[in-house]
Formats: sequence, C-alpha cells, structure tokens
Amino acid sequence: MTNSINEISGAELLFLIGTNTTEAHPVIGYKMKQAARRGAKLIVVDPRRIELAEEADYWLRVKPGNDIPLLNGLMHIIIKEGLYDKAFVEERTDNFEALKETVEKYPPELVSEMTGIPVDDLYAVARLYATTDKAMIFYTLGITEHVCGTNNVMSIANLAMLTGHLGRPHTGVNPIRGQNNVQGACDMGALPNVFSGYQRVTDPAINDKFQKAWGVPLSDKLGLMIPEMFDKANQGEIKAMYILGENPVLTDPNSNHIRSGLANLEFLVVHELFLTETAEYADVVLPAASFAETDGTFTNTERRVQRVRKAIEPVPGQTNWQTIMALSNRMGYPMNYPDPKAIWDEMASLTPSMFGIRYDRLGKKGMQWPCPDNDHPGTQYLHSGSFSRGKGLFQAIDHIPPGEEPDEEYPFLLSTGRILYHYNVTTPYSPGIQSLWPEEMAEVNPDDADRLGVKTGEKVRVTSRRGELTTKVQVTDRVPPGLIWMSFHFAESPANVLTSDVVDPITKTGEYKICGVRVEKLQEA
Amino acid sequence: MDLIKLTIDGREVEVSSGTTVLNAAEQVGIHIPRFCYDKELSSCGACRICVVEIEGMRNLVASCVTEAAPGMVVKTETPAVVEARKAVLELLLADHPHDCMTCDKLGDCRLADYCYRYGVKSSPFEGARHNYPLDDSNPFIVRDMNKCILCGLCVRACNEVVGKDNLHFAYRGFDRKATTCGDVPYVESDCTFCGTCVAFCPTGALMEGSMLGTARRWELEKVRTTCPFCGTGCTFDLRVHDGRVVGVTTSEDAVVNGRALCIKGRFGWDFIYNEKRLTTPLIKKNGEFVPATWDEALDLVATRLAEIRDKYGPDAFAALSSARCTNEENYLMQKFTRAVMGTNNVDHCART
Repeated sequence: MTNSINEISGAELLFLIGTNTTEAHPVIGYKMKQAARRGAKLIVVDPRRIELAEEADYWLRVKPGNDIPLLNGLMHIIIKEGLYDKAFVEERTDNFEALKETVEKYPPELVSEMTGIPVDDLYAVARLYATTDKAMIFYTLGITEHVCGTNNVMSIANLAMLTGHLGRPHTGVNPIRGQNNVQGACDMGALPNVFSGYQRVTDPAINDKFQKAWGVPLSDKLGLMIPEMFDKANQGEIKAMYILGENPVLTDPNSNHIRSGLANLEFLVVHELFLTETAEYADVVLPAASFAETDGTFTNTERRVQRVRKAIEPVPGQTNWQTIMALSNRMGYPMNYPDPKAIWDEMASLTPSMFGIRYDRLGKKGMQWPCPDNDHPGTQYLHSGSFSRGKGLFQAIDHIPPGEEPDEEYPFLLSTGRILYHYNVTTPYSPGIQSLWPEEMAEVNPDDADRLGVKTGEKVRVTSRRGELTTKVQVTDRVPPGLIWMSFHFAESPANVLTSDVVDPITKTGEYKICGVRVEKLQEA
Repeated sequence: MDLIKLTIDGREVEVSSGTTVLNAAEQVGIHIPRFCYDKELSSCGACRICVVEIEGMRNLVASCVTEAAPGMVVKTETPAVVEARKAVLELLLADHPHDCMTCDKLGDCRLADYCYRYGVKSSPFEGARHNYPLDDSNPFIVRDMNKCILCGLCVRACNEVVGKDNLHFAYRGFDRKATTCGDVPYVESDCTFCGTCVAFCPTGALMEGSMLGTARRWELEKVRTTCPFCGTGCTFDLRVHDGRVVGVTTSEDAVVNGRALCIKGRFGWDFIYNEKRLTTPLIKKNGEFVPATWDEALDLVATRLAEIRDKYGPDAFAALSSARCTNEENYLMQKFTRAVMGTNNVDHCART
C-alpha cells in the first residue's frame, strides 16, 4: 500500500475495486464500514453483491474482466470535464497526452455497454472521485488475477495520478496484500529477480555486494517464476524442488499441471505443518514449526514490520530457520545465526530501504519501511514529493479480453476467491472453524439454479477444459446470472482443478477470476 | 484547540475543550470506574458507576458524558460518590451469580475489581434473579447472560467497531437483555464469531470457550505476536499455560486492530494442535512415508540436492519460499537457494 490502514478513518472517499475486504481482510473491512457510516463516500466495483456493496453509495456491478474499460471510461469523463488535477499532472507526471489519446476511445456509452454499468453511474463516480480531496483506492486480487493484471494495476495508478490522489495522507493506490507475510516474503528477496529490498540480481554492483557479504559467487541470471518452474518440471528441466510452507496443488491454477510437474521431479522436499496434497509427492517431508513456535517478524500490507514471538516449544523439535541452517551447514555452507534477530540484522545491513529497522526499535507498533537509517521514523505513506523514477509515467492502456471466456460448451463464468471463515488452506485444519464452515458452498444465482434444478445444499458437478469437481451450492443473488463463484479452501472441492493457467505476461499471475465451466446437477445415488 | 483548566481531586488539570471529566481525570492518572464507557465507542452514560461530585451541581454527575468546563472543581472519591458507587454495585450483585471463586473471568472482571475496591461483598437487595441457560451453541464464545450487567459494550462494539449490527437490546425492565436479533443463540444469528464483543465485555458474560477451566486469568502468560492469516497485520496476545496456547486476547494498544479481530485471528489458532501436525521428518521408501530422525532426513536432503546440483547444474533446482513464514525464514530460504544451490530460482505465492 502506498498509504496506511489507519488513514481510512480520515478519508472522505473509499474506492474499492476487486476487493471483498470484509471477508478477505476483515479488520480493514471494519474500518471501511466505520468510515462509510461516518459519512465517507463508498464506491464498490465488484461483480458480486459483497457485504460492502450493501453499504456503498455506488455499487458498480462490472462485468468480469472489464476493469480497464471502466477505469479508462472514468478517466475519459474526468478529462472531458476538466476535473483532473492539472498542477499534479504538470509537475509530477509524464506522458499525459498518450493517456488522453487512449482514454478518448472510451466514451461513457461504449463503456456502459462493455461493463454493464449505467452511464449515469459512470458520470457520478468519475465526478465524485475526481473532486474529493481525500480519496483512497483499494484493490486486491480481483484486479491482479487477470490476464491483464499488470495493466489493471497501471490503469488504477493512472486514475490516481490524473486526479492527484497520491503522495498525501488519506489518498493513494492501496493493494491489500493477501497472506500475512506476502509483503515480507517479497521484501526479503524470495523472488527470482531481486535480493532483499528489491535489489536486482542482474545489477553488477548489487550482485557484487551480496557476493562479498555471503562469501560465494552468485548467479546474475534471472531465476524462474512459479508457473515457469512447473512448466520446466513438466519438461524435465527442473529436477529438484524445496517447497517451504506452500501447497501449490490446492492454491495454484490448473492443479493437474502442478501435480504432473511434481510427479516428474527426481527429488522433492516439502517443509510443512501437515502432510498436504503437495507433500504427498515429496521424497522427504520436513515438519515445520508454526507461527506460535518461533521468533521473527512479519510485514503487513502497509509495509509495517511487526514482531512474531515464540509462545510454545516447536512441535517438531526445531524451528524452520534452524532447519534451513542445519541443511546449509550439511552442504558445506556455514550458517550460524544464534537467533532470528541475527538473521534480520544481516538482512538489514545489506538492505538500504530497511537499514534503520531493528528489533529493538520495533516496540508495540512495529515500523514501516522505507527506513534508511537508525534515526528515521519509518514511512507512513509513499511518493510524497516525487515518485521512485522521479515523475509518474502515465501508461496508455487498452482493453485486453480475458484469456478464456464462457462459450457454448462451457457456458458459466467461474470466479474464485476467499471466504470470511477460512484462510487459504490452513484453516480447514482448525477444528473450531471447520465445524462452522466445513465445505465448499459454491454461489449460484437463483435464475441459474432454477434452470439447473438445484437448491441450496444440493450438489453439482463443475467441469472446465482442465478438470472437474463436485461441490454443494448456495443459491444467492450475490452472484449475477451466468456466474458461479467458489473459494479454494477445500481439498474435497479443489477449485483450482478448474481454473485457467492463462497468465499475466509480466507477473505470471494466473487468471483465477475468469474461466469457462459447465455446471450440472449431480444425481444423488 | 482551546485549552481549559479545571481542578480534579485538588490537582489542576489542563485539557482541550470537549474533553469529558472522566478523560480529564485519566490524563492525571486518576482512574474513574466505568462499565458502559469505552473510549472507542459512543457514550451513553447509563451505568452510573462513574459518578463524581462537581462543586455547584446539585446531583452527582456521570463523568463519562460530562464535559470539563473552565474552573470546574471535581472530586472523584467523596463519601457521597463512594456511597453511590456501592449502591450501583449492590444493585448489580442483586442479580449476578456470586460464583467468583470458580469464574474464569476473575482477575479480568471489572465488576469484581470494583467490588473489591469498594468492599462490596453481597447485596442487601432481595428479589427475582434470572436463570438463563448457558449459550454454548458454538465452539468459540460462551455466553452466560446471568453475568451480564447490561453495560451495552458488546452491542456498541458489534455495531460501531465491527459494523455487523448483530447485537441489540431486547425486552424491557428486569428482562432487558443484550442479545441477537430474535434472541436466538449466537450460532443461529448473523454472528461471524470475530469475538470483538468478548474483548469488550467487562464481566464473565462473554468468554472465550477455549480458555474456560484452563487456569486463572493471572496465570495465563501473554505473548504478544502478529496474526498468521491475512496481510492486515493484526497483533494480539497468545495466552499460554503450562507450555500450551489456550486462547487469544486483544488489547487496545494493538496499532492496526485495537481489540478487534476476525474469527480466524481470534479462534483459528487451534490448527497448531491439529492431530495431523507433522512431528517428525518422513522419508518416502517404496512409495510409503516412513518416520525418520532429523539427521537422517537432512543428510538425505543434503546429499540428493548436492548430487542434482552437481550433475545437472544449479538451475535444475527451484525453491518455493512461503508468504506464511517469517521474514527471517524467507531471507534464509532465498540465501540458501542463491548461495548454496547457486541459482535465482526462488519464488513464492505472491503471484499465484
């Protein structure tokens, strides 16, 4: 997030696109509701009538996969009516003319046709967002999990820059990160192109710095992203994998491709809490310690580094950092950290953006990076005064249709996500939560349910080009006709057997939000 | 902002205008008892335990809803104030079980704390008592309405903090009750089991089911940590007894979430004790997993990874690190991949 969670309370407008916040990030959702009830305007863009749609001033039920036309359409109106922030555009951005030329092609009538959103609502929302001073945009995977995810994000950035909603409190472009430490895992360099703090492996000076610090030669060749790893595993080029705390068989798109890749490896190590669907493929399974059994830090979606503290002894006898150290030592590369603090200190010493964040400064509130030195207080919001590259660069972006759309053979659009009661694939191991919400309840519109002849609690078979599953349904007008919505939490109804492995060309993120499926009532034997 | 001066218990206090007497006292370290007041919620001035004496006013006033005024002279513990507070406590005890000896909330119960402070042991008022059945309809929250003092914090927390609007007052007079729509058990209501009502409840009316019968509150260690589920970064205290986590509680100094959490953060931690947790390494032999020692497993992993690296080259290896693990574990995983295996093939589910 460019800005911080607690700024929501002072915002005058919240623009939510592709985020079901009350379920996926409940406590942030509470704050949004509080703000809306205090009078902040709330705009919700979502194909589903999610909880916050009920509280919204404007709920735009966009047709899935049409976010770019919508955003371009809003910018079209804002520019036409002269509502954009001319000073901001002049002083802090480049390439305005190209943006203008592109959004010119998205007049309200056309956008309304593409998105299904009434023209009046387009005008109202464009004017409201452009003319409200403290306006924050939030998005999550409803924006990124598309074939055009990167372009969706850049379109959002265009809208915020055009209206000067960046670099100040209560504004910004705010992706709410999914997992507890997905921000931190990126920050630490668990990515194929960067070391910690987004220092590029291909930059000779950076690479040299890490070679000296670590005392070994390092590759300066970009590594593989997850989908490429599984492609290469299928092709026999990746021979061995070490998988720590992930269950790609359930969570990655097109599970059957993942399964065949894992099966094709010569050697697989899985380091996990449970014998997961992925661990079944392992040659060696290493038992993992949970968050309650280790010291360390997590970094939340607003870049806040916070302490994790050991409450009980590790169930498997040792923590995960000790296991990785032990393996490294066996392979002839000594790692001898006495505690997680020593690991953090090494990382911080090599990472300018986090150099000033140290355990003894974290206190009860943690610290937000960037924090370049020991006197720096940390950073509540980014891009004050200038952007990373100096001026913000508008990108002229055109509509890109989804990789796979419903057709005659697979007439339903399947979209997926998280539900309130579960978090990815860990919570089904919570006996309490599991007793309350034990299985998939796919959402089907009443019109479709009538045609299929199914009622809430009955089962259907869902089939895509890649696989099939059975699931119970709940009949609800949360979803529009033609759309079936599933979570991916349950091994018994693994939605990612169905999902498309069409990916965004830059991030290689799968299009979990859109694929074509067939739905049939299951005749109970 | 305008500053005003007033006197509280003989001490001069300067506060910004609009500050209540209760909060002005708080600023100089004087804690005025309160049941229905909470600084995160709207004030209703209902419980009267916070009454104080203010010179020139005819009656005792509720300090939580009385704004400080210039020159005001406030006394927070006069005989009249103490008598009034005792009367409030005695009235509450007239319909409250006297089972503090076995009540799990003792030690964290404001009713018991104030009774102790004012020496109230029992109630002189004889009358009807409620005998509500216990609501243990769900695995998370145990509701004992016999212990409810009708402060309404749960109602306001559910409406004003969570925005769920699941709790309201029902019935009138003696039968008044803070409850769900239609007065149904939690599990049949719209409750999403975030437990924020539990965090605000000042008595034993709402309690975490998992903590009942484990230990007295003061014996439960608090370990402040960060939630392992979504990216919001809520912080809370794991409550630990005899080396075992028994629950989660929250406190207002949590920077992101205060006392609020969702069902996963407050009650989802029990996955750590799932019987399916792996406790020893496993090595697959003839298609079956066989338990192994750490040494056996790590020796095998080290040998095989070195063989594959040396035979096929570093780029034949790939690692998935984890967005669920700590920063330190992720740093080591990428360092291991780069420094030991010699490849940049390390990624995690940020993109999937």
